[in-house]
Amino acid sequence: MQKFEQYCGTGNYIASRALQNDVNVAIALGRPLLIKGEPGTGKTLLASSIAEGLGTELLVWTIKSTTKAQDGLYIYDTVQRLNDSRFGDHDISDIKHYIKHGKLGQAFTSSKRVVLLIDEIDKADIEFPNDLLTELDEMKFYIPETAETISALHRPVIIITSNAEKELPDAFLRRCVFHYIQFPDAAFMNDIVKVHFPNLEEKMMKEAASAFFSLRELDNLRKKPSTSELIDWIKVLVASGTRSKDIVRQLPFLGALLKNEQDYHQVANGETEIKSMRRPSFLR
Amino acid sequence: MSLTEWLAMLEALEKGFAGNNLVSFYYLSRSLLVKSENFYDQYDLAFRDFFTGLEVPEELFDELLKWLSEETLKRYRDSVDLSSLPQHDWETLQKMFEERLKEQKERHNGGGRWIGTGGTSPFGHSGVHPGGIRVGGESNNLSAVKIATARKFRQYRKDVTLDVRQMKVALKKLRYLRRTGNLMELDIDESIDQTCKNAGEIELVYHPERKNDVKMLLLMDAGGSMLPYAQLVNRLFSASNSVNHFKKFRYYYFHNCIYDNLNAGMEFGERVSTAQLLKNLNNSYKVVIVGDASMASYELFMENGIIDYYERNETAGIVWLERIANHFRNIVWLNPNPPRYWQHPTVSAIADLFPMYQLSLEGLESAMVELTRKAS
Repeated sequence: MQKFEQYCGTGNYIASRALQNDVNVAIALGRPLLIKGEPGTGKTLLASSIAEGLGTELLVWTIKSTTKAQDGLYIYDTVQRLNDSRFGDHDISDIKHYIKHGKLGQAFTSSKRVVLLIDEIDKADIEFPNDLLTELDEMKFYIPETAETISALHRPVIIITSNAEKELPDAFLRRCVFHYIQFPDAAFMNDIVKVHFPNLEEKMMKEAASAFFSLRELDNLRKKPSTSELIDWIKVLVASGTRSKDIVRQLPFLGALLKNEQDYHQVANGETEIKSMRRPSFLR
Repeated sequence: MSLTEWLAMLEALEKGFAGNNLVSFYYLSRSLLVKSENFYDQYDLAFRDFFTGLEVPEELFDELLKWLSEETLKRYRDSVDLSSLPQHDWETLQKMFEERLKEQKERHNGGGRWIGTGGTSPFGHSGVHPGGIRVGGESNNLSAVKIATARKFRQYRKDVTLDVRQMKVALKKLRYLRRTGNLMELDIDESIDQTCKNAGEIELVYHPERKNDVKMLLLMDAGGSMLPYAQLVNRLFSASNSVNHFKKFRYYYFHNCIYDNLNAGMEFGERVSTAQLLKNLNNSYKVVIVGDASMASYELFMENGIIDYYERNETAGIVWLERIANHFRNIVWLNPNPPRYWQHPTVSAIADLFPMYQLSLEGLESAMVELTRKAS
C-alpha cells in the first residue's frame, strides 16, 4: 500500500488539517483535487506547496476564457509544417515533429510524477471540464494524426482551482476530490502571517490583524480584503516603518487592503464607522 | 451523490485512509461525497445527527494509549503485579475516564493528580496536563462531531443569504444566452488550420457569431414594507449594474405595486409612464421585478387604489401587472419573503401572473433559468 500521509504542509505554506487530509486522499486515489475558496486564500499557492512537499516539479496550466481542452493535450502545428514544406530544409514526412504537447501532455510524458495545476478552470467555456473527463479519468489521450496513444507514465497529482464564476458540470465533479478553503480564523491567520514574517513584532501583528478583521466585518464592503492582501499590507507597513500604534488609528496604505474604489473612499473618509475596532478573541 | 463517488469512498475506506479515526473519516467522506461548499452545512448536520454519542474523542484515544503504555513500562520497572489490578473493558475505561475528567474540571486545577496518581489508576501516570483534552472550542484538534456541530459552513448554504458576488455569479448565467446568434462569421484560425491540413487547398470554416444582446429591466419595490430588505435589493441592484455583459440595463422603482408611472430613482421625482415604457422596450428584455407583493388588496385590485394620497390611477394595479406579464417573454418576480408567507391574497394573485422566486441564492438561480428559457 502507498504511504497515505504524503503531504503535510510546507515551511512557507500552512495547510489546515482538513486540507492536508483532502490532498492526501486525492494523491492516494489518483483523482484530481478541486479547490474552491474566496479569492486570496491561497488556492494557487497550494499547488506549489504540494510540489515542494512531494519534491517534484510543478506544471501550471493557466486557463483563460479562450482556452480549449485540446490545448492542454497537444497542438498539431500545421502552419509550421506547411511553411517547412515550402523550403524543403526540414523533414516534414514525420508528423511527430509537429505535435507539441500541452501541459497535460507534458505531465503525462514526464519521466517522474509531477504536480499539475489547472488554474481557474471556471474561466474557460462551460463545456471545458467535460472535454477533459476521459483524459483525467484514464490519464491518456489519443493523437489521431500520428495514431499514437499518450498515456501517463506516472499518474500526475492534479490540482484544479475554481473561483466559482461558473458552475462545474456534475460529471466532472463526480470524479474530483473536493475541498473548500475556509477563510482562516484569527488564530490560524496569526500562524499564516508568522510564516511570511517570522520576525514580525508581536504588537504589529496584533494591531494589523485587529484592523484587518474589523474591516472584514463591515457589511457594506463590496470586496472584503483577503489573506494575500493582509500579507501585502503588512509588507508595506514593515517597509515603511509604520509604528504599531498608528495602524488601527490611521489605517495607512489602505489601498493595499481595499481594492474597490467605493470601499476605499467609504473607509478612508470615515463614512463607515468601524465598530469599536474590535479585537479578535484570541488577542483580547 | 452518485455511484462513482460511493465506490471511491469505499475504495478509500478499504485502503484505510480514514485511519480508524473519526476526524479523518469526517474529512475523507466530505471531500469525496460533497462537491459544493453550499452543502457542507447539511453534511455537518447529518454527520452530527448520526455520530453524536458514537464517537470516541480522538485526543482521548491518543493520550490514553500513550499514558497506558508509559504506565505499563513503569509498572514493569516497579515490578508491580499487573494481574492484581482491576481490569476494565474499553467502554468502562472511557466512561471512567470521562467521569474523572469531569470531576477534575469541576475541582479546577486538580492538576495531574486525578488522572494518573501513579500506581494503580488505570488512567496512566501524572505529568500529563488534563488541559491537553480540550473541551472548549479553540483547538484545531476538535473531535469530528464537534467540528460538525460548530457548523462553520452555515453561511455557505444556498438558501440563506446572498452577497453581491454571489448575485453576480448567478446573473452571469444569463450570459450564456448571448452565444446563440444565427449569423455566421468566418473563423480565420480554423480556416488556416483546415487549409494547412488540406495541404494548401483553401478550406473556409464558419462559426456562429457571438452576440451579446441580453437586455435587462429591473423593477424594484421601494415601498415601506420593503425597508428591511433595502440592503438586499441594493446588492442585487449593484450586482446587476456592475455585471458588464448586459447590452442594456434599465431600472425603475415603484411603490408597492406598478401603476401608470414608474420612478426613475428611489426617491420620488423623475417619472416615466409605464405605457410608454412598454411601447419602447421590445419583448426581448429580461425582466426582474423585486418586491414583497404584499399590500392591501384594494391597492392591487381597485382603480385609484394607489397608496400615495396625491396620486390617482385610473387602471388597477393588477391590470398593469397583467400588461407587463403579457408584454415580455422572460419575466420573473423575486420576493425577499420566504415562500411560507406567500399565502397572502395579493401575493398569490401576483404569483399567478409571474413565476415567483425567493430572493435567495437558490431562488435567484432558478429565476435565471426561467429567464434564459426560450419561449415555447
